Amino acid sequence: MSDLTQLYQDIILGHNKRPRNYGSLDEFTGKVEKNNPLCGDEVTVYWKIKNDQISEITFTAQGCAISRASASIMTDLLVGKTIEEANIVFEKLRLYLSEEPPEGSSMECLGDLVAFSGVRDYPSRVKCAVLPWIAFLES
Amino acid sequence: MSFDVGKIRGEFPILATQVGKKPLVYLDNAATTQKPQEVIDVLDDYYAETNANIHRGVHHLAEKATEAYEQARREVGQFINASSENEIVFVRGTTEGINLIANSFGNKFIQEGDEVIISTMEHHANIVPWQLFCEASGAVLRVIPVTDSGELEMSAFNDLLSERTKLVSVVHASNSLGTINPVKEIIEKAHAAGAKVLLDGAQAVGHFPVDVQDLDCDFYVFSGHKLFSATGIGVVYGKYALLESMPPYQGGGDMISRVSFGGTTYKEPPGRFEAGTPHISGAIALAASIRYLEKQDRTALLAYEHELLDYATESLSEIEGLKIYGTAPEKVSLVSFTMEGTHPHDVATVLDADGIAVRAGHHCTQPLLQRFGIPATARASFAFYNTREEIDKLARSLAKIQVLFA
Repeated sequence: MSDLTQLYQDIILGHNKRPRNYGSLDEFTGKVEKNNPLCGDEVTVYWKIKNDQISEITFTAQGCAISRASASIMTDLLVGKTIEEANIVFEKLRLYLSEEPPEGSSMECLGDLVAFSGVRDYPSRVKCAVLPWIAFLES
Repeated sequence: MSFDVGKIRGEFPILATQVGKKPLVYLDNAATTQKPQEVIDVLDDYYAETNANIHRGVHHLAEKATEAYEQARREVGQFINASSENEIVFVRGTTEGINLIANSFGNKFIQEGDEVIISTMEHHANIVPWQLFCEASGAVLRVIPVTDSGELEMSAFNDLLSERTKLVSVVHASNSLGTINPVKEIIEKAHAAGAKVLLDGAQAVGHFPVDVQDLDCDFYVFSGHKLFSATGIGVVYGKYALLESMPPYQGGGDMISRVSFGGTTYKEPPGRFEAGTPHISGAIALAASIRYLEKQDRTALLAYEHELLDYATESLSEIEGLKIYGTAPEKVSLVSFTMEGTHPHDVATVLDADGIAVRAGHHCTQPLLQRFGIPATARASFAFYNTREEIDKLARSLAKIQVLFA
Protein backbone atom coordinates (compact mmCIF):
# COMPACT_ATOMS: atom_id res chain seq x y z
CA MET A 1 0.00 0.00 0.00
CA SER A 2 3.01 2.34 -0.20
CA ASP A 3 1.76 3.90 -3.43
CA LEU A 4 -1.66 4.45 -1.96
CA THR A 5 -0.40 6.14 1.17
CA GLN A 6 1.50 8.52 -1.12
CA LEU A 7 -1.77 9.44 -2.81
CA TYR A 8 -4.00 9.33 0.23
CA GLN A 9 -1.75 11.17 2.64
CA ASP A 10 -3.13 11.71 6.13
CA ILE A 11 -3.72 15.41 5.45
CA ILE A 12 -5.99 14.49 2.51
CA LEU A 13 -7.83 11.79 4.42
CA GLY A 14 -8.32 14.21 7.33
CA HIS A 15 -9.77 16.97 5.14
CA ASN A 16 -11.98 14.40 3.38
CA LYS A 17 -13.42 13.15 6.63
CA ARG A 18 -13.70 16.53 8.37
CA PRO A 19 -13.77 19.16 5.64
CA ARG A 20 -13.28 22.80 6.63
CA ASN A 21 -15.80 25.46 5.66
CA TYR A 22 -18.30 22.85 4.51
CA GLY A 23 -21.82 24.09 3.84
CA SER A 24 -23.62 26.90 2.06
CA LEU A 25 -23.54 30.63 2.89
CA ASP A 26 -26.81 32.39 3.63
CA GLU A 27 -25.46 35.57 2.11
CA PHE A 28 -22.91 35.51 -0.65
CA THR A 29 -21.65 37.64 -3.49
CA GLY A 30 -20.88 34.64 -5.64
CA LYS A 31 -21.90 30.99 -6.01
CA VAL A 32 -20.96 28.47 -8.66
CA GLU A 33 -21.74 24.83 -9.29
CA LYS A 34 -19.31 22.76 -11.28
CA ASN A 35 -19.36 19.13 -12.24
CA ASN A 36 -16.91 16.80 -13.84
CA PRO A 37 -18.86 15.34 -16.77
CA LEU A 38 -16.58 12.31 -16.84
CA CYS A 39 -17.52 11.10 -13.38
CA GLY A 40 -20.48 13.21 -12.36
CA ASP A 41 -18.72 14.66 -9.33
CA GLU A 42 -20.16 17.97 -8.22
CA VAL A 43 -18.85 20.85 -6.17
CA THR A 44 -20.58 24.10 -5.23
CA VAL A 45 -18.52 27.03 -3.98
CA TYR A 46 -20.03 30.02 -2.14
CA TRP A 47 -18.09 33.20 -1.44
CA LYS A 48 -18.30 36.76 -0.21
CA ILE A 49 -15.92 39.44 -1.51
CA LYS A 50 -15.44 42.64 0.50
CA ASN A 51 -13.06 45.39 -0.60
CA ASP A 52 -11.58 43.07 -3.25
CA GLN A 53 -10.77 40.47 -0.62
CA ILE A 54 -12.36 37.06 -0.19
CA SER A 55 -13.92 37.46 3.24
CA GLU A 56 -15.74 34.12 3.35
CA ILE A 57 -15.64 31.01 1.18
CA THR A 58 -17.39 27.67 1.71
CA PHE A 59 -18.29 24.63 -0.35
CA THR A 60 -20.48 21.56 -0.64
CA ALA A 61 -19.44 18.55 -2.70
CA GLN A 62 -20.39 15.12 -3.90
CA GLY A 63 -17.04 13.80 -4.84
CA CYS A 64 -13.99 11.75 -4.09
CA ALA A 65 -11.49 12.28 -1.27
CA ILE A 66 -9.13 14.16 -3.58
CA SER A 67 -11.65 16.74 -4.74
CA ARG A 68 -13.19 17.19 -1.27
CA ALA A 69 -9.81 17.65 0.38
CA SER A 70 -8.74 20.08 -2.32
CA ALA A 71 -11.92 22.14 -1.81
CA SER A 72 -11.48 22.08 1.95
CA ILE A 73 -7.89 23.30 1.75
CA MET A 74 -8.78 25.85 -0.91
CA THR A 75 -11.40 27.49 1.29
CA ASP A 76 -8.93 27.54 4.16
CA LEU A 77 -6.14 29.08 2.09
CA LEU A 78 -8.05 31.73 0.21
CA VAL A 79 -9.74 33.66 3.02
CA GLY A 80 -8.26 37.19 3.09
CA LYS A 81 -6.77 36.88 -0.40
CA THR A 82 -7.71 38.81 -3.53
CA ILE A 83 -8.83 36.94 -6.66
CA GLU A 84 -5.47 37.77 -8.19
CA GLU A 85 -3.64 36.19 -5.28
CA ALA A 86 -5.96 33.20 -5.44
CA ASN A 87 -5.07 32.74 -9.11
CA ILE A 88 -1.39 32.74 -8.25
CA VAL A 89 -1.94 29.93 -5.71
CA PHE A 90 -3.93 27.96 -8.30
CA GLU A 91 -1.15 28.36 -10.88
CA LYS A 92 1.34 27.07 -8.30
CA LEU A 93 -0.96 24.13 -7.58
CA ARG A 94 -1.29 23.24 -11.28
CA LEU A 95 2.46 23.30 -11.66
CA TYR A 96 2.90 21.29 -8.48
CA LEU A 97 0.47 18.63 -9.79
CA SER A 98 2.32 18.33 -13.09
CA GLU A 99 5.94 18.10 -11.93
CA GLU A 100 8.07 17.89 -8.84
CA PRO A 101 9.18 21.38 -7.78
CA PRO A 102 12.91 22.14 -8.06
CA GLU A 103 14.80 21.52 -4.83
CA GLY A 104 14.81 24.41 -2.44
CA SER A 105 11.77 26.15 -3.95
CA SER A 106 9.29 27.44 -1.43
CA MET A 107 5.94 25.72 -1.34
CA GLU A 108 4.73 27.74 1.59
CA CYS A 109 1.84 29.35 -0.24
CA LEU A 110 0.41 25.90 -1.00
CA GLY A 111 -0.10 25.10 2.67
CA ASP A 112 -1.72 21.66 3.14
CA LEU A 113 -1.85 21.31 -0.67
CA VAL A 114 1.68 19.92 -0.54
CA ALA A 115 -0.05 16.67 0.42
CA PHE A 116 -1.21 16.41 -3.21
CA SER A 117 2.28 15.43 -4.42
CA GLY A 118 1.10 11.83 -4.83
CA VAL A 119 -1.63 12.87 -7.29
CA ARG A 120 1.11 13.45 -9.90
CA ASP A 121 1.33 9.68 -10.37
CA TYR A 122 -2.41 9.44 -11.08
CA PRO A 123 -3.06 11.61 -14.15
CA SER A 124 -6.77 10.77 -14.15
CA ARG A 125 -7.08 12.14 -10.61
CA VAL A 126 -5.48 15.54 -11.32
CA LYS A 127 -8.89 16.62 -12.60
CA CYS A 128 -10.37 15.81 -9.19
CA ALA A 129 -7.76 17.95 -7.44
CA VAL A 130 -8.36 21.02 -9.61
CA LEU A 131 -12.16 20.77 -9.89
CA PRO A 132 -13.02 23.13 -6.97
CA TRP A 133 -10.37 25.62 -8.10
CA ILE A 134 -11.69 25.67 -11.64
CA ALA A 135 -15.20 26.07 -10.24
CA PHE A 136 -14.21 29.10 -8.21
CA LEU A 137 -11.65 30.82 -10.40
CA GLU A 138 -12.81 30.06 -13.94
CA SER A 139 -16.48 30.76 -13.33
CA MET B 1 -17.58 -26.88 -14.41
CA SER B 2 -17.73 -28.21 -17.92
CA PHE B 3 -15.09 -25.94 -19.33
CA ASP B 4 -11.54 -25.07 -18.47
CA VAL B 5 -11.19 -21.44 -17.40
CA GLY B 6 -7.39 -21.78 -17.38
CA LYS B 7 -7.40 -22.74 -21.05
CA ILE B 8 -9.77 -19.90 -21.88
CA ARG B 9 -7.60 -17.37 -20.03
CA GLY B 10 -4.64 -18.51 -22.11
CA GLU B 11 -6.51 -17.49 -25.23
CA PHE B 12 -6.75 -13.84 -24.10
CA PRO B 13 -3.17 -12.52 -24.13
CA ILE B 14 -3.92 -9.30 -22.24
CA LEU B 15 -4.97 -11.27 -19.16
CA ALA B 16 -1.28 -12.02 -18.54
CA THR B 17 -0.60 -8.30 -17.97
CA GLN B 18 1.11 -7.24 -14.76
CA VAL B 19 -0.08 -4.02 -13.12
CA GLY B 20 2.94 -2.85 -11.17
CA LYS B 21 3.98 -6.14 -9.62
CA LYS B 22 0.49 -7.57 -9.47
CA PRO B 23 -1.37 -9.65 -12.02
CA LEU B 24 -4.16 -7.81 -13.78
CA VAL B 25 -7.64 -8.61 -12.47
CA TYR B 26 -9.89 -7.32 -15.22
CA LEU B 27 -13.39 -6.68 -13.90
CA ASP B 28 -14.46 -3.93 -16.29
CA ASN B 29 -16.06 -6.12 -18.92
CA ALA B 30 -19.26 -4.09 -19.12
CA ALA B 31 -17.13 -1.18 -20.37
CA THR B 32 -15.31 -3.29 -22.90
CA THR B 33 -14.31 -6.93 -23.12
CA GLN B 34 -10.85 -8.27 -23.87
CA LYS B 35 -10.05 -9.97 -27.17
CA PRO B 36 -8.99 -13.57 -27.82
CA GLN B 37 -5.82 -14.13 -29.85
CA GLU B 38 -7.94 -15.50 -32.73
CA VAL B 39 -9.67 -12.15 -33.12
CA ILE B 40 -6.40 -10.21 -32.86
CA ASP B 41 -4.94 -12.51 -35.55
CA VAL B 42 -7.89 -11.88 -37.86
CA LEU B 43 -7.35 -8.13 -37.58
CA ASP B 44 -3.64 -8.57 -38.26
CA ASP B 45 -4.17 -10.92 -41.17
CA TYR B 46 -6.74 -8.66 -42.76
CA TYR B 47 -4.25 -5.82 -43.11
CA ALA B 48 -1.40 -8.16 -44.05
CA GLU B 49 -3.31 -10.18 -46.64
CA THR B 50 -6.72 -8.81 -47.62
CA ASN B 51 -6.92 -5.04 -47.25
CA ALA B 52 -8.79 -3.29 -50.08
CA ASN B 53 -11.89 -1.17 -50.38
CA ILE B 54 -15.10 -3.07 -50.81
CA HIS B 55 -18.07 -3.13 -53.22
CA ARG B 56 -16.32 -1.17 -55.95
CA GLY B 57 -13.13 -2.82 -57.14
CA VAL B 58 -12.78 -5.58 -59.68
CA HIS B 59 -9.31 -6.57 -58.62
CA HIS B 60 -8.41 -9.63 -56.61
CA LEU B 61 -8.04 -7.97 -53.20
CA ALA B 62 -11.19 -5.89 -53.57
CA GLU B 63 -13.18 -9.04 -54.23
CA LYS B 64 -11.54 -10.87 -51.38
CA ALA B 65 -12.25 -8.01 -48.93
CA THR B 66 -15.84 -7.66 -50.17
CA GLU B 67 -16.45 -11.37 -49.74
CA ALA B 68 -14.99 -11.35 -46.21
CA TYR B 69 -17.11 -8.32 -45.25
CA GLU B 70 -20.32 -9.83 -46.64
CA GLN B 71 -19.49 -13.19 -45.07
CA ALA B 72 -19.20 -11.34 -41.74
CA ARG B 73 -22.68 -9.94 -42.30
CA ARG B 74 -24.02 -13.47 -42.86
CA GLU B 75 -22.36 -14.73 -39.69
CA VAL B 76 -23.69 -11.85 -37.62
CA GLY B 77 -27.16 -12.50 -39.01
CA GLN B 78 -26.95 -16.19 -38.06
CA PHE B 79 -25.59 -15.30 -34.61
CA ILE B 80 -28.77 -13.43 -33.66
CA ASN B 81 -30.98 -15.57 -35.93
CA ALA B 82 -32.00 -12.80 -38.32
CA SER B 83 -34.12 -14.14 -41.18
CA SER B 84 -31.69 -12.69 -43.71
CA GLU B 85 -28.24 -11.09 -43.72
CA ASN B 86 -29.88 -8.09 -45.38
CA GLU B 87 -31.35 -7.24 -42.00
CA ILE B 88 -27.84 -6.56 -40.65
CA VAL B 89 -26.48 -3.02 -40.94
CA PHE B 90 -22.91 -2.37 -39.84
CA VAL B 91 -22.43 0.83 -37.84
CA ARG B 92 -19.80 2.16 -35.44
CA GLY B 93 -21.50 0.85 -32.34
CA THR B 94 -24.66 0.80 -30.28
CA THR B 95 -24.69 4.59 -30.00
CA GLU B 96 -24.57 5.15 -33.73
CA GLY B 97 -27.14 2.41 -34.19
CA ILE B 98 -29.67 4.16 -31.97
CA ASN B 99 -28.94 7.49 -33.64
CA LEU B 100 -29.54 5.85 -37.01
CA ILE B 101 -32.95 4.58 -35.91
CA ALA B 102 -33.91 7.87 -34.24
CA ASN B 103 -33.05 9.79 -37.38
CA SER B 104 -34.26 7.45 -40.07
CA PHE B 105 -37.20 5.60 -38.52
CA GLY B 106 -38.02 8.52 -36.22
CA ASN B 107 -38.16 11.17 -38.92
CA LYS B 108 -40.30 9.03 -41.16
CA PHE B 109 -42.73 7.45 -38.72
CA ILE B 110 -42.90 9.56 -35.56
CA GLN B 111 -44.71 12.89 -35.73
CA GLU B 112 -45.44 15.77 -33.41
CA GLY B 113 -47.52 14.58 -30.47
CA ASP B 114 -46.54 10.93 -30.94
CA GLU B 115 -44.75 9.23 -28.07
CA VAL B 116 -41.52 7.34 -27.59
CA ILE B 117 -41.15 5.24 -24.44
CA ILE B 118 -37.76 4.60 -22.87
CA SER B 119 -36.90 3.72 -19.26
CA THR B 120 -35.09 5.22 -16.31
CA MET B 121 -32.35 2.59 -16.57
CA GLU B 122 -31.27 3.53 -20.08
CA HIS B 123 -27.69 4.32 -20.98
CA HIS B 124 -27.27 7.92 -22.14
CA ALA B 125 -26.98 6.44 -25.65
CA ASN B 126 -30.64 5.46 -25.46
CA ILE B 127 -31.75 8.75 -23.90
CA VAL B 128 -30.00 11.61 -25.63
CA PRO B 129 -30.78 10.61 -29.25
CA TRP B 130 -34.49 10.53 -28.30
CA GLN B 131 -34.27 13.85 -26.49
CA LEU B 132 -32.71 15.38 -29.59
CA PHE B 133 -35.30 13.73 -31.79
CA CYS B 134 -38.24 14.81 -29.63
CA GLU B 135 -36.96 18.36 -29.42
CA ALA B 136 -36.74 18.59 -33.19
CA SER B 137 -39.97 16.74 -34.01
CA GLY B 138 -42.32 17.72 -31.20
CA ALA B 139 -42.73 14.07 -30.22
CA VAL B 140 -43.01 13.31 -26.51
CA LEU B 141 -40.58 11.17 -24.50
CA ARG B 142 -42.12 8.93 -21.81
CA VAL B 143 -40.07 7.14 -19.21
CA ILE B 144 -40.78 3.80 -17.47
CA PRO B 145 -39.79 4.10 -13.79
CA VAL B 146 -37.57 1.61 -11.98
CA THR B 147 -38.24 -0.22 -8.69
CA ASP B 148 -35.92 -0.29 -5.67
CA SER B 149 -34.52 -3.64 -6.79
CA GLY B 150 -33.69 -2.14 -10.18
CA GLU B 151 -36.49 -3.61 -12.28
CA LEU B 152 -38.85 -1.89 -14.68
CA GLU B 153 -42.21 -0.98 -13.19
CA MET B 154 -44.28 -2.96 -15.64
CA SER B 155 -47.62 -1.64 -14.43
CA ALA B 156 -46.39 1.87 -15.19
CA PHE B 157 -45.29 0.68 -18.62
CA ASN B 158 -48.81 -0.63 -19.27
CA ASP B 159 -50.19 2.76 -18.31
CA LEU B 160 -47.76 4.62 -20.55
CA LEU B 161 -48.61 2.57 -23.63
CA SER B 162 -51.28 4.14 -25.83
CA GLU B 163 -52.21 4.65 -29.44
CA ARG B 164 -49.81 7.62 -29.38
CA THR B 165 -46.86 5.28 -28.67
CA LYS B 166 -44.86 4.78 -31.85
CA LEU B 167 -41.69 3.24 -30.42
CA VAL B 168 -40.55 1.55 -27.22
CA SER B 169 -36.77 1.63 -26.86
CA VAL B 170 -35.37 -0.20 -23.85
CA VAL B 171 -32.19 -1.84 -22.72
CA HIS B 172 -32.10 -5.65 -22.84
CA ALA B 173 -29.62 -5.87 -19.93
CA SER B 174 -28.68 -2.85 -17.82
CA ASN B 175 -25.02 -1.80 -17.87
CA SER B 176 -25.37 -0.15 -14.47
CA LEU B 177 -27.44 -2.67 -12.50
CA GLY B 178 -27.20 -5.87 -14.54
CA THR B 179 -30.99 -6.29 -14.67
CA ILE B 180 -32.24 -8.39 -17.59
CA ASN B 181 -35.53 -6.86 -18.63
CA PRO B 182 -38.68 -8.85 -19.54
CA VAL B 183 -38.30 -7.85 -23.17
CA LYS B 184 -40.65 -10.48 -24.61
CA GLU B 185 -43.50 -9.15 -22.52
CA ILE B 186 -42.58 -5.58 -23.48
CA ILE B 187 -42.53 -6.48 -27.16
CA GLU B 188 -45.87 -8.27 -27.06
CA LYS B 189 -47.56 -5.41 -25.28
CA ALA B 190 -45.97 -2.74 -27.47
CA HIS B 191 -47.00 -4.60 -30.62
CA ALA B 192 -50.52 -4.95 -29.31
CA ALA B 193 -50.57 -1.17 -28.93
CA GLY B 194 -49.25 -0.76 -32.48
CA ALA B 195 -45.76 0.38 -31.48
CA LYS B 196 -42.38 -0.86 -32.70
CA VAL B 197 -39.66 -2.00 -30.31
CA LEU B 198 -35.94 -1.30 -30.28
CA LEU B 199 -33.72 -3.26 -27.89
CA ASP B 200 -30.31 -2.00 -26.79
CA GLY B 201 -28.41 -5.27 -26.61
CA ALA B 202 -24.95 -3.89 -25.82
CA GLN B 203 -24.76 -5.73 -22.49
CA ALA B 204 -26.73 -8.76 -23.57
CA VAL B 205 -25.07 -10.39 -26.59
CA GLY B 206 -21.75 -11.02 -24.82
CA HIS B 207 -23.49 -12.95 -22.06
CA PHE B 208 -26.39 -14.95 -23.46
CA PRO B 209 -27.74 -16.07 -26.84
CA VAL B 210 -30.15 -13.67 -28.51
CA ASP B 211 -32.73 -14.76 -31.08
CA VAL B 212 -34.32 -11.73 -32.73
CA GLN B 213 -37.03 -13.78 -34.44
CA ASP B 214 -38.05 -15.45 -31.22
CA LEU B 215 -38.08 -12.07 -29.46
CA ASP B 216 -39.93 -10.55 -32.39
CA CYS B 217 -38.23 -7.19 -31.77
CA ASP B 218 -38.26 -4.71 -34.63
CA PHE B 219 -34.74 -3.40 -34.05
CA TYR B 220 -31.80 -4.76 -32.08
CA VAL B 221 -28.48 -2.93 -31.67
CA PHE B 222 -25.14 -3.94 -30.17
CA SER B 223 -21.42 -3.19 -30.23
CA GLY B 224 -18.55 -5.42 -31.28
CA HIS B 225 -16.14 -4.35 -28.58
CA LYS B 226 -18.39 -5.65 -25.82
CA LEU B 227 -18.51 -8.94 -27.70
CA PHE B 228 -14.77 -9.68 -27.54
CA SER B 229 -14.12 -7.87 -30.82
CA ALA B 230 -12.80 -4.54 -32.08
CA THR B 231 -13.99 -1.07 -31.15
CA GLY B 232 -15.68 0.99 -33.85
CA ILE B 233 -17.92 -1.77 -35.18
CA GLY B 234 -21.52 -2.38 -34.21
CA VAL B 235 -24.74 -3.75 -35.58
CA VAL B 236 -28.26 -2.59 -36.26
CA TYR B 237 -30.65 -5.44 -36.85
CA GLY B 238 -33.97 -4.34 -38.33
CA LYS B 239 -36.85 -6.33 -39.78
CA TYR B 240 -36.35 -6.12 -43.52
CA ALA B 241 -39.72 -4.60 -44.39
CA LEU B 242 -39.07 -1.90 -41.84
CA LEU B 243 -35.56 -1.14 -43.10
CA GLU B 244 -36.95 -1.04 -46.63
CA SER B 245 -39.45 1.63 -45.62
CA MET B 246 -36.81 3.84 -44.00
CA PRO B 247 -34.85 6.68 -45.63
CA PRO B 248 -31.03 6.79 -45.52
CA TYR B 249 -29.32 7.98 -42.33
CA GLN B 250 -26.18 9.42 -43.88
CA GLY B 251 -25.53 10.22 -47.49
CA GLY B 252 -22.37 9.39 -49.35
CA GLY B 253 -20.62 6.78 -51.42
CA ASP B 254 -21.66 3.13 -51.49
CA MET B 255 -25.24 3.79 -50.32
CA ILE B 256 -26.61 4.94 -53.64
CA SER B 257 -28.09 3.21 -56.59
CA ARG B 258 -27.57 6.15 -58.96
CA VAL B 259 -26.63 9.77 -58.37
CA SER B 260 -27.68 12.62 -60.58
CA PHE B 261 -28.53 16.25 -59.99
CA GLY B 262 -32.02 15.47 -61.18
CA GLY B 263 -32.47 13.06 -58.28
CA THR B 264 -30.56 10.33 -56.51
CA THR B 265 -31.80 6.83 -55.80
CA TYR B 266 -30.60 4.64 -52.97
CA LYS B 267 -29.56 1.05 -52.57
CA GLU B 268 -31.80 -1.50 -50.93
CA PRO B 269 -31.05 -2.24 -47.28
CA PRO B 270 -28.59 -2.78 -45.76
CA GLY B 271 -26.39 -0.86 -48.24
CA ARG B 272 -28.66 2.18 -48.00
CA PHE B 273 -27.54 2.67 -44.41
CA GLU B 274 -23.81 2.20 -44.92
CA ALA B 275 -22.52 5.42 -46.46
CA GLY B 276 -18.79 5.65 -47.01
CA THR B 277 -16.09 3.06 -46.44
CA PRO B 278 -17.15 1.03 -43.40
CA HIS B 279 -14.99 -0.52 -40.69
CA ILE B 280 -14.20 -3.53 -42.88
CA SER B 281 -11.63 -5.14 -40.59
CA GLY B 282 -13.91 -4.52 -37.62
CA ALA B 283 -16.80 -6.37 -39.24
CA ILE B 284 -14.52 -9.27 -40.10
CA ALA B 285 -13.14 -9.30 -36.55
CA LEU B 286 -16.69 -9.28 -35.19
CA ALA B 287 -17.44 -12.42 -37.18
CA ALA B 288 -14.26 -13.94 -35.74
CA SER B 289 -15.32 -13.22 -32.16
CA ILE B 290 -18.72 -14.74 -32.92
CA ARG B 291 -17.00 -17.87 -34.25
CA TYR B 292 -14.91 -17.94 -31.09
CA LEU B 293 -18.04 -17.76 -28.92
CA GLU B 294 -19.95 -20.33 -30.96
CA LYS B 295 -17.09 -22.80 -30.51
CA GLN B 296 -17.64 -22.70 -26.75
CA ASP B 297 -20.38 -24.46 -24.87
CA ARG B 298 -22.41 -21.30 -24.37
CA THR B 299 -24.73 -22.89 -21.83
CA ALA B 300 -21.68 -23.77 -19.74
CA LEU B 301 -20.25 -20.25 -20.14
CA LEU B 302 -23.48 -18.72 -18.97
CA ALA B 303 -23.75 -21.10 -16.00
CA TYR B 304 -20.18 -20.28 -15.03
CA GLU B 305 -20.83 -16.53 -15.27
CA HIS B 306 -23.84 -16.99 -13.01
CA GLU B 307 -21.70 -18.84 -10.51
CA LEU B 308 -19.28 -15.90 -10.54
CA LEU B 309 -22.15 -13.46 -10.06
CA ASP B 310 -23.58 -15.41 -7.13
CA TYR B 311 -20.15 -15.78 -5.56
CA ALA B 312 -19.36 -12.07 -5.97
CA THR B 313 -22.75 -11.02 -4.63
CA GLU B 314 -22.24 -13.23 -1.60
CA SER B 315 -18.62 -12.18 -0.95
CA LEU B 316 -19.29 -8.47 -1.36
CA SER B 317 -22.44 -8.55 0.76
CA GLU B 318 -20.31 -9.61 3.71
CA ILE B 319 -18.22 -6.43 3.56
CA GLU B 320 -19.31 -3.87 6.11
CA GLY B 321 -20.72 -0.65 4.69
CA LEU B 322 -20.99 -2.08 1.18
CA LYS B 323 -24.33 -1.70 -0.55
CA ILE B 324 -25.23 -3.43 -3.81
CA TYR B 325 -27.46 -1.64 -6.31
CA GLY B 326 -29.46 -3.87 -8.63
CA THR B 327 -30.86 -6.96 -6.97
CA ALA B 328 -33.21 -8.22 -9.66
CA PRO B 329 -33.53 -12.01 -9.85
CA GLU B 330 -32.49 -11.96 -13.52
CA LYS B 331 -29.11 -10.29 -13.95
CA VAL B 332 -26.06 -10.41 -16.18
CA SER B 333 -22.85 -10.93 -14.25
CA LEU B 334 -22.05 -7.54 -12.77
CA VAL B 335 -22.21 -6.00 -9.32
CA SER B 336 -22.68 -2.28 -8.82
CA PHE B 337 -22.01 -1.01 -5.31
CA THR B 338 -21.15 1.85 -3.00
CA MET B 339 -19.10 1.86 0.20
CA GLU B 340 -20.10 3.96 3.15
CA GLY B 341 -17.75 6.90 3.67
CA THR B 342 -15.71 6.27 0.54
CA HIS B 343 -16.39 7.68 -2.88
CA PRO B 344 -16.46 5.13 -5.73
CA HIS B 345 -13.47 6.83 -7.39
CA ASP B 346 -11.40 6.29 -4.30
CA VAL B 347 -12.60 2.69 -4.22
CA ALA B 348 -11.47 2.24 -7.83
CA THR B 349 -8.08 3.82 -7.12
CA VAL B 350 -7.45 1.54 -4.14
CA LEU B 351 -8.43 -1.48 -6.24
CA ASP B 352 -6.19 -0.33 -9.09
CA ALA B 353 -3.23 -0.33 -6.71
CA ASP B 354 -3.92 -4.07 -6.35
CA GLY B 355 -4.13 -4.53 -10.11
CA ILE B 356 -7.92 -4.73 -10.08
CA ALA B 357 -9.72 -2.85 -12.87
CA VAL B 358 -13.29 -1.76 -12.11
CA ARG B 359 -15.34 1.16 -13.32
CA ALA B 360 -16.36 3.99 -11.00
CA GLY B 361 -18.76 6.77 -11.89
CA HIS B 362 -22.24 7.14 -13.27
CA HIS B 363 -21.75 4.59 -16.06
CA CYS B 364 -23.53 6.95 -18.47
CA THR B 365 -26.76 6.34 -16.57
CA GLN B 366 -27.15 9.56 -14.59
CA PRO B 367 -30.99 9.51 -14.44
CA LEU B 368 -30.86 5.99 -13.03
CA LEU B 369 -28.39 6.92 -10.29
CA GLN B 370 -30.43 10.04 -9.52
CA ARG B 371 -33.38 7.73 -9.00
CA PHE B 372 -31.34 5.88 -6.37
CA GLY B 373 -30.13 9.19 -4.89
CA ILE B 374 -26.45 8.52 -5.51
CA PRO B 375 -23.95 10.27 -7.81
CA ALA B 376 -21.87 7.21 -8.63
CA THR B 377 -21.18 3.55 -7.97
CA ALA B 378 -18.23 1.24 -8.37
CA ARG B 379 -18.96 -1.63 -10.73
CA ALA B 380 -17.29 -5.00 -11.04
CA SER B 381 -18.41 -6.70 -14.25
CA PHE B 382 -17.44 -10.23 -15.16
CA ALA B 383 -16.78 -12.31 -18.24
CA PHE B 384 -16.31 -16.06 -18.55
CA TYR B 385 -12.53 -15.64 -18.25
CA ASN B 386 -12.77 -14.30 -14.71
CA THR B 387 -12.27 -16.57 -11.72
CA ARG B 388 -13.40 -17.03 -8.13
CA GLU B 389 -9.83 -16.26 -7.03
CA GLU B 390 -10.14 -12.86 -8.70
CA ILE B 391 -13.34 -12.20 -6.78
CA ASP B 392 -11.52 -13.17 -3.57
CA LYS B 393 -8.84 -10.58 -4.43
CA LEU B 394 -11.54 -7.99 -5.03
CA ALA B 395 -13.15 -8.71 -1.66
CA ARG B 396 -9.80 -8.58 0.17
CA SER B 397 -8.89 -5.30 -1.48
CA LEU B 398 -12.29 -3.80 -0.65
CA ALA B 399 -11.86 -4.81 2.99
CA LYS B 400 -8.69 -2.67 3.11
CA ILE B 401 -10.70 0.42 2.19
CA GLN B 402 -12.44 0.36 5.54
CA VAL B 403 -9.05 0.68 7.20
CA LEU B 404 -7.60 3.32 4.89
CA PHE B 405 -10.57 5.67 4.97
CA ALA B 406 -11.60 5.03 8.57
